[in-house]
Amino acid sequence: MKRRDTLKSIALGSLGMATVPSTDLIAAPPEKPLVVPGGRQKSEAIRDAKLMADKFFTPQEMKTLTVLCDIILPADEKSGSASQAGVPAFIEFMVKDQPVHQIPLRGGLAWLDNESRKRFSKKFVELTKAQQIEIVDDIAYPEQAKPQFSQGVAFFNKMRDMTLTGFYTTRIGFNDLGYVGNTPNNWEGVPEEVLKQYGLSYE
Amino acid sequence: MNSYQIQETPEVFDVVIVGSGAGGGMAAYQLSKAGAKVCLLEAGGYYDPADPKYITQLKNPWESPRRGASTTRPFGDFDAAWGGWQLEGEPYSAAPGTEFHWFRSRMLGGRTNHWGRISLRFGPDDFRRGSMTGIGDDWPITYDDVSPYYDKVDKLLGIFGSKEGLRNEPDGHFLPPPKPRLHELMLKKAGKNLGIPVIPSRLAILTKAINNERGQCFYCSQCGRACQVYADFSSSSCLCKPAVKTGNTRLINGAMVREVLTDQKTGLCTGVSYVDTATLQEKTVRAKIVVVAASACESARLLLNSKSARFPNGLANSSGVIGKYLNDSTGASRSAFVPALMNRKRYNEDGVGGMHVYTPWWLDNKKLDFPRGYHIEYGGGMGMPSYGFGMGIQGMNGKYAYGDGKTQPAGGYGSRLKEDVRRFYGAYVGMAGRGEPIPLESNYCEIDPNNVDKYGIPTLRFHYKWSENEVKQAKHMQDTFEEIIHEMGGIALGSKPGKEQNYGLEAPGKIIHEIGTVRMGSDPKKSALNSFMQGHDVKNLFVVDAAPFVTQGDKNVTWTILAMSMRTSDYIIDEVKKKNL
Ligand SMILES: Cc1cc2nc3c(=O)[nH]c(=O)nc-3n(C[C@H](O)[C@H](O)[C@H](O)COP(=O)(O)OP(=O)(O)OC[C@H]3O[C@@H](n4cnc5c(N)ncnc54)[C@H](O)[C@@H]3O)c2cc1C
Ligand code: SF4
Repeated sequence: MKRRDTLKSIALGSLGMATVPSTDLIAAPPEKPLVVPGGRQKSEAIRDAKLMADKFFTPQEMKTLTVLCDIILPADEKSGSASQAGVPAFIEFMVKDQPVHQIPLRGGLAWLDNESRKRFSKKFVELTKAQQIEIVDDIAYPEQAKPQFSQGVAFFNKMRDMTLTGFYTTRIGFNDLGYVGNTPNNWEGVPEEVLKQYGLSYE
Repeated sequence: MNSYQIQETPEVFDVVIVGSGAGGGMAAYQLSKAGAKVCLLEAGGYYDPADPKYITQLKNPWESPRRGASTTRPFGDFDAAWGGWQLEGEPYSAAPGTEFHWFRSRMLGGRTNHWGRISLRFGPDDFRRGSMTGIGDDWPITYDDVSPYYDKVDKLLGIFGSKEGLRNEPDGHFLPPPKPRLHELMLKKAGKNLGIPVIPSRLAILTKAINNERGQCFYCSQCGRACQVYADFSSSSCLCKPAVKTGNTRLINGAMVREVLTDQKTGLCTGVSYVDTATLQEKTVRAKIVVVAASACESARLLLNSKSARFPNGLANSSGVIGKYLNDSTGASRSAFVPALMNRKRYNEDGVGGMHVYTPWWLDNKKLDFPRGYHIEYGGGMGMPSYGFGMGIQGMNGKYAYGDGKTQPAGGYGSRLKEDVRRFYGAYVGMAGRGEPIPLESNYCEIDPNNVDKYGIPTLRFHYKWSENEVKQAKHMQDTFEEIIHEMGGIALGSKPGKEQNYGLEAPGKIIHEIGTVRMGSDPKKSALNSFMQGHDVKNLFVVDAAPFVTQGDKNVTWTILAMSMRTSDYIIDEVKKKNL
């Protein structure tokens, strides 16, 4: 975030307005009362509120991101899709929370559009499903991908990581996984039939 | 009010205690129970894991916009620590070519709100490694001096474990241990085949209620978030609050102590001065006895900063030893994939907030090329997903056949990934060695000549390098991990760290068991404190955290801090009765 502020003032400087403090140029947003959620410290709540008010991806980028997320985790007979689980919004938050993800993801999305234009003279979201998959197939298999796609592979690995994490940390993901913990219970050991399955016992 | 005027509380307390972690909390409890008027000063804010304002326990990952990632809290959004490796406005440094990582929490109860609850008594040998091996030093006391206090701490605060009759892992007063989880049974079996003991762990968690103030564990696996029924031990809930309840302890939060005050004529402490962190006002508390428990390095810093004409090297430091012999546990780890655990049946396997089994040190160093032992902590199971879950699946999913017997190329997309996550879930184990280092005079912290924190208090500069002894120990850990993994039919992940990586030996400080910076001993020329952790030079000054400890065994030290603080508190009561204080 600091870096973005610097960029902003450099841009202003190049317009010959360097003497104007850049913050004065932006109308202060109306003050919303800050709510500190339970379990958070005030400084964390302030930071989170600011991140949530910011926007990183453009609407166009969000569209591409959403299409990709749903290619990675589509709805099927077992569970919903990545976008149904809110994964794109999670990724939008994460790139603001951890700016190291910003360039690889923004740049990766641009790489994808470049590749789409090269092959089909259209942006990725405007391609047919079959065309999208043709490109994705070139970058989704790290051990088989041709060397000229290595940047695409790195981008897709990152997208796969973010999509899986974003999906399985939701109720939809919990249900798909069959995670049944995080609730008061009485641990009485491994169920009998499981012990039997593994040939183990409590003696 | 004149803001430059130093505010002084009119009353003179019997005891002022600096810091409310394990050491300070125990002293406040024990002394106020005995009727002493105590002032407990804590730099951080008030904290109560049962107050909805602070509760993170039982929250789901989606209640954090970052799904529990560690962006702002080093152990993730739901961890109870208010602090971390860096604190805003309170820096520290390390001399070039050396390294030390310092974890601090600024809150009532300090780091006991989110610690791992692993509570291992020292054994008889742990107090006399120096004379046993010719390397390092002995404590000025023996196991017999401390064991009655371990017993009292066990009963007062609660710990589970099993009676094993191991000579150097003495049994305590244990509550029933939780049964091993599935991967823990596999580890146990592997250990048995290899002659490596795998026994019930010893954690400060109430598997049975011990009083009306604290509830019983309901197996949510989240002690790091602090327990809202107080079923895990935290100094805040189990010591500080009961101390305040006696009516004899006045707790002041947001009190960052800068200096211990002394009378230049008598050479005795008269109290402390602190910065009120909310108003930045300087305040003073007068007391007949000063007990320092700010955590090992903070306590050294406070004493070194308490310089005066009479104590030009810092308080109680005529020996010059304060800051020296800083040492942290060694640590190295490895994880593995266990194919037999693929496609597991689902059930709630959360258990307590930590391992149900561990491996105590089992070998004889006389037959090894390094002088001290280590224990092994285990992880694994069907845990709750949080940030990071599912990442790196392309490293796994090309290697193992699906239900139809076919493999598919690594990576990919689509429903197949959902199947991958389901089949690999809960099929991993992790193991971490925690070993005893040799405390060295050349590993130390000192006052940084050039830097102060935001309160104007001079900060610490660290000097720390591992020696060959610790590196060899880490090598042995790595070999053992591979043996165990192999024996349980697992596949070790990543490559084995070699010599260039010090065999995966973690950087100093990373294991967060720092001790030794205000040494106790019988020789005032070589130690700052006597065998009751009382200043050789200043008899109404006591240090009751891990700073006085000569060595740390391979036993995470908090249970020993509690026992030693209780012992010193009883000594103070006794000495006051005898009018020696
Ligand atoms: C993630 C984690 C896991 C751990 N797991 C284990 C484990 O399983 N087993 C184990 O034995 N140990 C474990 N530890 C270590 C354990 O937390 C410490 O040994 C223990 O808390 C030390 O107690 P203490 O009283 O010395 O200091 P702390 O608990 O650090 O408390 C010191 C207190 O003093 C306050 N303070 C500091 N300076 C000042 C000042 N100048 N004025 C006023 N107040 C001050 C601090 O704010 C703090 O509240 C773990 C630690 C961490 C972080
Ligand atoms: S595991 Fe038990 S003691 Fe730990 S937080 Fe959960 S309920 Fe409390």
